[in-house]
Amino acid sequence: MRAQISERTLRTDRWWLSPLLTVAGLGLISVYAAIRTFMNDYYWVSEYHYLTPMYSPCLSAECVPAASHFGQPLPELPGFLTPPIFIIPFLLGFRITCYYYRKAYYRAAWMSPPACAVAEPHKTYTGETKAPLIAQNLHRYFFYAASLLLLVNIYDAITAFVGEKGFGIGLGNIILLVNVGLLAAYTASCHSCRHIMGGKLKHFSKHPVRYWMWQKISKLNAKHMQLAWASLIFVCLTDLYIALVASGVIGDLRIVN
Amino acid sequence: MGYQGNFRVWRGDEDGGGLEDFTVEVNEGEVVLDVIHRLQATQAGDLAVRWNCKAGKCGSCSAEINGRPRLLCMTRMSTFTEGETITITPMRTFPIIRDLVTDVSFNYTKAREIPSFKPPKDLAPGEYRMQQIDVERSQEFRKCIECFLCQDTCHVIRDHEENKEAFAGPRFLMRVAELEMHPLDEGGRTVAAQETHGLGLCNITKCCSEVCPEHIKITDNALIPMKERVADRKYDPVVWLGNKIFRRQS
Amino acid sequence: MAELERHSFDVLVIGAGGAGLRAAIEAREHGMRTAVLCKSLFGKAHTVMAEGGIAAAMGNVNSNDNWQVHFRDTMRGGKFLNNWRMAELHAKEAPDRVWELETYGALFDRTADGRVSQRNFGGHEYPRLAHVGDRTGLELIRSLQQKIVSLQQEDHAETGDYEAKLKVFQEFTVSDLLIEDGRVAGAFGYWRESGRFVLFTAPSVILATGGIGKSFKVTSNSWEYTGDGHALALRAGASLINMEFIQFHPTGMVWPPSVKGILVTESVRGDGGVLRNSEGKRFMFDYIPEVFKEKYADSEAEGDRWYTDADNNRRPPELLPRDEVARAINSEVKAGRGTEHGGVFLDVSTRLPAEEITRRLPSMHHQFKELADVDITAQPMEVGPTCHYVMGGVEVDPDTGASSVPGLFAAGEVSGGMHGSNRLGGNSLSDLLVFGRRAGAGASDYAAALSVRPVPSEASIAEAERVALAPFSGDGGENPYTLHMELQQTMNDLVGIIRKAEEIERALERLEGLKVRARTLTVEGHRQFNPGWHLALDLRNMLVVSECVAKAALLRTESRGGHTRDDYPAMDSDWRRKLLVCTASGPSEVDVVEKPQIPIREDLLDLFDRGELEKYLTGDELGS
Repeated sequence: MRAQISERTLRTDRWWLSPLLTVAGLGLISVYAAIRTFMNDYYWVSEYHYLTPMYSPCLSAECVPAASHFGQPLPELPGFLTPPIFIIPFLLGFRITCYYYRKAYYRAAWMSPPACAVAEPHKTYTGETKAPLIAQNLHRYFFYAASLLLLVNIYDAITAFVGEKGFGIGLGNIILLVNVGLLAAYTASCHSCRHIMGGKLKHFSKHPVRYWMWQKISKLNAKHMQLAWASLIFVCLTDLYIALVASGVIGDLRIVN
Repeated sequence: MGYQGNFRVWRGDEDGGGLEDFTVEVNEGEVVLDVIHRLQATQAGDLAVRWNCKAGKCGSCSAEINGRPRLLCMTRMSTFTEGETITITPMRTFPIIRDLVTDVSFNYTKAREIPSFKPPKDLAPGEYRMQQIDVERSQEFRKCIECFLCQDTCHVIRDHEENKEAFAGPRFLMRVAELEMHPLDEGGRTVAAQETHGLGLCNITKCCSEVCPEHIKITDNALIPMKERVADRKYDPVVWLGNKIFRRQS
Repeated sequence: MAELERHSFDVLVIGAGGAGLRAAIEAREHGMRTAVLCKSLFGKAHTVMAEGGIAAAMGNVNSNDNWQVHFRDTMRGGKFLNNWRMAELHAKEAPDRVWELETYGALFDRTADGRVSQRNFGGHEYPRLAHVGDRTGLELIRSLQQKIVSLQQEDHAETGDYEAKLKVFQEFTVSDLLIEDGRVAGAFGYWRESGRFVLFTAPSVILATGGIGKSFKVTSNSWEYTGDGHALALRAGASLINMEFIQFHPTGMVWPPSVKGILVTESVRGDGGVLRNSEGKRFMFDYIPEVFKEKYADSEAEGDRWYTDADNNRRPPELLPRDEVARAINSEVKAGRGTEHGGVFLDVSTRLPAEEITRRLPSMHHQFKELADVDITAQPMEVGPTCHYVMGGVEVDPDTGASSVPGLFAAGEVSGGMHGSNRLGGNSLSDLLVFGRRAGAGASDYAAALSVRPVPSEASIAEAERVALAPFSGDGGENPYTLHMELQQTMNDLVGIIRKAEEIERALERLEGLKVRARTLTVEGHRQFNPGWHLALDLRNMLVVSECVAKAALLRTESRGGHTRDDYPAMDSDWRRKLLVCTASGPSEVDVVEKPQIPIREDLLDLFDRGELEKYLTGDELGS
């Protein structure tokens, strides 16, 4: 028999603030991402060869041809569907199964628990033992897929230095570079990556190179939450910038040519 | 220097109880446990509280202060304002014995369910050779003082008594990880972590890491690496397919 | 009278620290049905507080080390008053006990070639302490605890019952041993939680209750250290030796007041920390005693070089045995060169880089940060002496841990002799393991050889119950908390680190007064978890043990190790040949008498230079 304390929590601090911010932040970004996905426009700045990461790679027949760096092996999409639906499952999958985001939405959206030592509202709880949540164990495959997409983004960011007028550097280039930098840091700091690179070993001493990598990744991993947010927000900002330039609302700030 | 502080302390036993108000003297440099002791010596001689080393090394004086699981001896009074009312309650997850003392036998039961260290049979005492970098991961987990605050805060059992049977709790899942990462252990503990000790119930919401007075990164360094090891063994499609085809025991 | 809970075992172990658990493991491995009775939760015993390490001459870091060197260091540290046989067994067996811990799963810090790393410590000639950062005690207790769990798992596999052969009774206090015809018949005690009484019938009892620090005001010891085992042994008819020798650890925290006394590990000094007074002077160079002059550096430069080149330099005087350092700090503070809060500065921040400090001394860093708001990587610590360890204890047979009462054994801090007049740091954890194991074996052999087991008489059970309940029926109104505070103040002020005849006499008078008042102790409430009642019963033990300490301190008219007489400041070779033995002469009276020390075995004496022996031994012992 436990001590009979009727309060759901006796915490006196603003424990609800963090889940509230999380849910607001994720909600806002989801709405923005949905709008941009279904907009199906302003993802390519042909003058400077800027391609938003949200539409990369653009693989279906309806893509602006120049934006399809890897060809258009896929047919035109029916109805309201747009090219990003081919990449979104992987990107979203990587983030949804990410150990940080799991913590964030289990707490903020599902309130399981809303905060430490605050009772959750659910009658039963089975954690990640049953479908669909057992699929969280597939995180590493999304990590592999996201790593491939990251390579595509890096390719995009590099090729963007050569636009219609040849080599040049604009603010867009810098934004694209920072964006892939943050995405790379987020991806590399992933717990699955940490495990695969070295964490799974029993004897570090027998694998000095992997131990070295594990140490570096562990350092990054400690900042996984910060990187998760920074990269997510920056992807949206990158996309927004490209959308604004592509739609002609603003011009790209050019530094070289 | 000193001031009169307001405290609400849960008093009672399994038949019931509630929060009682006290006004107690607080002096410079004191921790909450000092105040509880003063309360015991001056106003409530039979107030039950469990404590021992009073230096954050034994993990006896676990309780909840303003709703947060903490060690009474490591919570300095200077972290509160003078006017603040400080509420002290027993750990919620375990059965109450009296006042601030709970029955933590759940943890000892779970400790027994984890197969012990299994060294190589042919290694005599004195022949153990291990590299520092190989023992460091397990050493972090062995800093654990068994205050059971992580067990107390973990919603899997805090909010769901029925999960106690199937779930070892962060402390003992960490013990599994400690042995799994021990350079000389041959126990092979991955599958059992998931199937016997309830690793799958953990949804890595990290409250265990938040409350740990030893600042052990329980989630990042023990639980998630264990989940990844389980994924290696149980959720890797190649391995899974191989097992299906060759009907191997995973 | 409520139904009395009764249990029967082959071996009872009282105390669940290092010695108790090691003894229990040994008894169980001898096939004995064993019970461990402990006042706290399983795994919380005071052993967790040990920080520095386990001394064992494995020679992993310096291959010149061996048991003979360790034996010599131990005897020197104890000023040759040690029971030499214990010191010999200890030095010889400690390495095996450390290696055995590895088989239980312990993870010590490692050397580059993968062996157990060893660190320097006061009084040890070579790096000798196996350690895990500065939380070695925790590692030791957890390893033993996990070994016990593993034995229970074996029993479970065999019998379906985890506790078939080895059972832990936690949060349980033993109030009296039951003796029939001069032999151990069992133990009587109560559950702290419910206050219900329990009778244990058992032919063998191992005392592993630790020390007596709670009789002193400033102490590094926890509430458990109320001298229970010492008092139980006295009342059972056994004798205590060396009770005048109390170790004041030189470095306890002095501020804030609520943590005064909490230990600051010697590793701080072993790893380069230096002591300075308020004038900034490294004062320890002024306090190197004659007997140690050849072994310690006489300049700061040499002392500093020693950390990197130990073979060609002498060690800094900060690493003198604990009694010397404690006295030096005491003198500095008395001379007005202390810190604001009455200590001296211990500084490691100017000696090591910050990362190195947090790596080597993580729990010290944590402790000062959390409790005193001091960052030891940037600021010096304020430290002063704190009552840490009692060298004295139950007089035992070195090989088996047997006391003079058949069936009663003792190991660890509660036993006496091993450390002589002063214990070296690191020798405590190894002592627990070496003699815990030996007492476990001794108690098992005794129980196995017994054809008829003594049965506790109903009269003695009733008497134990009456004594335990007495504080409830008292109407004198004495408050146990008040009495305890007065006792602590008395011992601290009058039988503390520096002693004088008239002060000890005053202490004895006060103790008489306290004893009288203790008869009228009154506690309120009921038996269910009642800290006031528990303290009232503990006081009975503390008072009788304090009397042993004070009486022995008065008799020994010399200064040696943990006993410093202001009126007899010199060490006296004649006194080295004498032990002071404390026995009970009445229900709450003790007698202390002299007893000759057994001469050191010839081959062990040969391990020392004659020149060194001349400092300690009398002319006729040297056979000149």
